[in-house]
Amino acid sequence: MIKLENIQVVFGKGTPLQKQALNGVSLTIEEGSFVTVIGSNGAGKSTLLGVLAGDVLPSGGRVTIGSTDVTRKGTAARAGLVARVFQDPLTGSCGALSIEENLALAARRGERRGLTPALGSRRREHFRERIAELNLGLENRMRDRMDLLSGGQRQAVSLVMATLAGSEVLLLDEHTAALDPGMAEFIMNLTQKIVSERKLTTLMVTHSMRQALDFGHRTVMLHGGETVLDVAGDSRKTLQVEDLIAMFRRIRGQTLDDDALLIG
Amino acid sequence: MSQIAFWGAVELGLVYAFVAVGVFLAFRVLDFPDLTVDGSFPLGAAVTAVLIIAGVNPWLAAAVAMVAGATAGIVTALLNVRFKILNLLASILTMIALFSVNLRVMGKPNVALINADTMLSPFYGLGLRDFYVRPLFVGILVLVAVVLVWRFLESDAGLAMRATGANARMARAQGVDTSRQIYLGMAISNALVAFGGALFAQTNGFADVTSGVGTIVVGLAAVIIGETLFGARGILIALVGCVFGSILYRIAIQVALSTDTLGLQASDLNFVTAVLVTVALILPRLRRRGAA
Repeated sequence: MIKLENIQVVFGKGTPLQKQALNGVSLTIEEGSFVTVIGSNGAGKSTLLGVLAGDVLPSGGRVTIGSTDVTRKGTAARAGLVARVFQDPLTGSCGALSIEENLALAARRGERRGLTPALGSRRREHFRERIAELNLGLENRMRDRMDLLSGGQRQAVSLVMATLAGSEVLLLDEHTAALDPGMAEFIMNLTQKIVSERKLTTLMVTHSMRQALDFGHRTVMLHGGETVLDVAGDSRKTLQVEDLIAMFRRIRGQTLDDDALLIG
Repeated sequence: MSQIAFWGAVELGLVYAFVAVGVFLAFRVLDFPDLTVDGSFPLGAAVTAVLIIAGVNPWLAAAVAMVAGATAGIVTALLNVRFKILNLLASILTMIALFSVNLRVMGKPNVALINADTMLSPFYGLGLRDFYVRPLFVGILVLVAVVLVWRFLESDAGLAMRATGANARMARAQGVDTSRQIYLGMAISNALVAFGGALFAQTNGFADVTSGVGTIVVGLAAVIIGETLFGARGILIALVGCVFGSILYRIAIQVALSTDTLGLQASDLNFVTAVLVTVALILPRLRRRGAA
């Protein structure tokens, strides 16, 4: 279970550019559930993900992953609990290392790394099998450098990497945003398959409202660092993209009105 | 070029192979432009020389030199990681500080090791001529070092270090403590360089405070020549490339300086080095254009 309690994040505190990125966000994600997060630019989606990953340490509130309080733990220290796929395919994997070396690196996520050869024959075989499941033909290119792969192929391998070691939560950071529509669909179907097969607790940040409603069990909308919508179950099933857009408009309109009031 | 001059060049190339492998670890694996080596090479030489003269076993003296080198590397890493000083600048600070440290260690600018027992002493007079014994002995040590570094870089721990240099953000997401990797990598790198310095002192019979000047250029030259000749095809090839790059660099220098028709003299060494490194840097580019 993932628990965010009254999370406060302020960037540039005490400077003219001070920005309250998250303002008292609380969110509890049940084990095995798949939550999608939407919001416009600057709504706090990436910050929320950063708070869970450890890239951003909140100034207030508490973060619990599984049974561990990780509020003050950095990215590396909590990596054993958090699997992650980045938006930019270049960030999530090491271009200079081979496919199998990337997998070997991910297989020891959060564990002690000793002097055992990273690619013994048994590990090699295991990685090959996992990559073969993708049906991309990459199992014959295990020794190729990662930067020879296309963005979509890299994201597919990143998804496999995320599941090689155990984790309490899988974080997906707009992981199809940099891909062409066909590849984005492939990656989303793959995500769906992996998440349901492995019953992973998942939080996916996305720009696409279609994705936000089509995948997962629950949708959260952020705006101005606060949760403005949190739907699950039947009320979510009837929710259409148009409804979300209308909601977006309304929230934006309100802020516009507020500004108009201030100026007036 | 005489046989003695040739084997002398090979020997020096092998001694500097330790520098090349150290530079490879810092520049290529960790992506840390480290100039500490200009200080840690003479540090290794100074520590070894002083200890040998004090009657310490030469092997032990070389081991202590490695520890001293590792410490220098850790200081640079500390300035960079802990105090956020730009990596290049951090290494320059350590480097100039080491100049004074080396003078203190030796108590004078130059220590001679004539008639002192060195790691090589037991191997002289076994029937092989001295100018064969030295490169053979150093070559075996280089082989051991290359195998150890290769095995390390292909282990789980080594992979974490390579990821730190290649993509630190990804490494952290995989649970790698990137700061610790920089400490460790800089320590290993400078320990190797200091060991090279220790061997230099023991094969040449002296330690000199100025012997470190330009060490980084020689190390980089070896790495780049190796990459030009062997290409980027895995860790072992890259390490072997460093060793051969270092040897070839010395032979090329020796040829350039001993060819009368070129009219070069010993003081032209730095210019020849610059030309060699430039050629090694330009060659891959020309080759690529030729292929395209």
